[in-house]
Amino acid sequence: MSTFQIDFGGGNSPQKILGIDLGTTNSLAAIMDLTGPRLMTGIIPSVVAVSEEGDVIAGEEALQMLVTHPERTVYSVKRLMGRGPADIQDELKLFPFRLTGLGDAPSDSMIHLQLGDKVMTPPEVSAHILRKLKWDAENVLGERLTQAVITVPAYFNDAQRQATKDAGRIAGLDVLRLVNEPTAAALAYGLDKRKEGVIAVYDLGGGTFDVSILRLHEGIFEVLATNGDTHLGGDDIDNLLMAVALEDIQSEWGENISSHSDAVQLLRRAVIQAKEKLSFVPAAVIDLNYNDKHYQREITLDVFNRLIQPIVERTLARCRACLADSKMSVAEINEVVMVGGSTRIPLVRAEVEKLFRSRPHTELNPDEVVALGAAVQAGILSGDVKDQLLLDVTPLSLGIETMGGLVSKLIHRNSTIPASAVDQFTTAVDGQRNVLIHVVQGERELVKDCRSLARFDLKELPPMPAGLARIEVRFLIDANGILNVTARDARTGQEQSLEVKPSYGLSDEQVEAMILESFDHAEADMNERQVREARVEADNNLAAVEKARRNEAFVALSPEERQAIEVAIQGLLAVYHSEDHHLIREKIDVLNEVTRNLAENMMNTAVRGALKGTKL
Amino acid sequence: MNYYEALGLQTKLTLDADDLKKRYYERSRQWHPDKFSRANADEQQKALDTTALLNDAYRTLRDPVARAEYVLEERKIHPAKTPPPELLEEVFELNMALEELREGDQSVRPQLENTKHKFAHMLDEIDHGIAVMSSLYDRSHDESLLHAIRSVLDRRRYVSNLMRDVNKELNVDLSN
Repeated sequence: MSTFQIDFGGGNSPQKILGIDLGTTNSLAAIMDLTGPRLMTGIIPSVVAVSEEGDVIAGEEALQMLVTHPERTVYSVKRLMGRGPADIQDELKLFPFRLTGLGDAPSDSMIHLQLGDKVMTPPEVSAHILRKLKWDAENVLGERLTQAVITVPAYFNDAQRQATKDAGRIAGLDVLRLVNEPTAAALAYGLDKRKEGVIAVYDLGGGTFDVSILRLHEGIFEVLATNGDTHLGGDDIDNLLMAVALEDIQSEWGENISSHSDAVQLLRRAVIQAKEKLSFVPAAVIDLNYNDKHYQREITLDVFNRLIQPIVERTLARCRACLADSKMSVAEINEVVMVGGSTRIPLVRAEVEKLFRSRPHTELNPDEVVALGAAVQAGILSGDVKDQLLLDVTPLSLGIETMGGLVSKLIHRNSTIPASAVDQFTTAVDGQRNVLIHVVQGERELVKDCRSLARFDLKELPPMPAGLARIEVRFLIDANGILNVTARDARTGQEQSLEVKPSYGLSDEQVEAMILESFDHAEADMNERQVREARVEADNNLAAVEKARRNEAFVALSPEERQAIEVAIQGLLAVYHSEDHHLIREKIDVLNEVTRNLAENMMNTAVRGALKGTKL
Repeated sequence: MNYYEALGLQTKLTLDADDLKKRYYERSRQWHPDKFSRANADEQQKALDTTALLNDAYRTLRDPVARAEYVLEERKIHPAKTPPPELLEEVFELNMALEELREGDQSVRPQLENTKHKFAHMLDEIDHGIAVMSSLYDRSHDESLLHAIRSVLDRRRYVSNLMRDVNKELNVDLSN
């Protein structure tokens, strides 16, 4: 029916915001419903592959290709987000990332991955996972989704957050907010229970570890402190088991299979199966069949626990530091919430229980709770969730480089965000025209031990004697945990031009180019989507006309008008199953045209009805 | 707008912690960027700036020491650049002991532990002193009290730096 229907249809609610858990191993999405957060997709593996035809595939199909075409497939790409080639050397020893363009690139340039004949940056790879989630969710919901909340590890630094936001943009999503994973879990956990008190969230996922301590009070979720390690998780446990198995195989078969990437992926799968079993039974077997050879090794829970004890201990050390920062004692923690697949491991549960002296909550599915929390935050942003408010913190201190390579801290870790700091800069030499500010993130005293975020160049200063210029620079960490910098001349109050050189990451132009590129390659998908959308619109229009049949305005139509409407309906139904969205749209337009008079009359009736009820 | 204005408060050195938290929560509910995700760019920027100010204000004002530092800074009563003279002898002895420990003389360890406890005690006394002087100032608005607080704060900063040095050396040695 024509567009007038919105005037009395009543169902024209604003677009839903998708809540996305973009995990190291798995990803999923949810939305906020009238009844609460609801999953919109299955749990899809965070794996991306390029087929021999050059199509990019994400999710379960890509996971299958990990064994058949390991050279065209990438997993755990989250470990590479916002990082440079120089700081992933350790990862390269353990993960089969195929980097390209490393040779003569400067150490702080972007990472590029080779997948078959395609080259992609980590944000682009992540974008394919996000796009898969977006499409799956759109199919379930039957609506377009263009806005999202994406979760990130609480301990992600500025560059890692920016890379996640870029991934969203490349996937065609407007990322309204990045939410820290443990905080999202707390939102999902505390939403309907109206909890009060102090809770700790222990989040051990596939690749990252976070711990957060929050105070819940009258719907305000105030994060007191957070700590973590962005490279500590189930992946590391897999790697320990892999090392054991590879050594065994070397001695049993007299062969080092670590150079055969298909064998390595088969073994990885076998190791993960054994690990997962050990959460329920006291012993499991690592079982590998490769090239007619058979390897079996029983791992008892005892051996497993001894193997992973150092990893668990690393998480506990982070928990103690977090407790100290929160200024809370163990006795003041009312509850502990467990998040992430690795919290199914009995040793992890036992050690966390021992540390916090309270039994950890495991009643929410640790794989789903973060996505559900992201949906709650989406609901807060859309206004559907009214009484809840999240006050999160920045995990790392922000500072600038001063004389002698020292860091001067401007915003301390665990400050509630948005947070800001202002510093004044001047010139050291007569006639100096620019000042360079190097911004770093981290807790150490020396610049070289911290993470370089960006260099800001204050340009076009008016020439004057040394020390006379007074440039006020404002550092602001926004609600996403991302840094924004502005500068003004303190004497004139004028905005000072500022050039940003991010140490790691994509420029705006690069991101824009990637968006276009992803559309070029997705033409077939595009058509499919447009057909689907056209059919949804046809459904809505047909339903509206059916509903209108009961209206007095319909009865008042002339026989010719009614005849025209029936013809238009048949015309639309005839093309409904075609693959040409233009054709479907054309017939929708015809139907709209012949029902225009009807819609106008119905609206007039509705307006009259409404006026009748009003006292004038 | 300064930190006190942001939270609708008079400039006072003593504040009620519960009242402060209540004001902060109320204003956060009103101004947090989450409430403006569908507003226009200007309104979003205003929400961001206002919330950043609220957060900065609450973080500073809830801590009596940071609060006093802030008030003095606003009054342009700046910290002294030289160490408090009454501590000079103390510092001299401390540095000697630290030097000996670095050279491997474990016998100074009890002396350093002792110093550490003394410093902790001094910090407690200083904080108590700041609290007393703060409430006196709020009643009398006597300028000279602000300068007295300034010198106590200088002393405090100096002592806590020394304490950090002692802790660092004692811990370094433990890990060897």
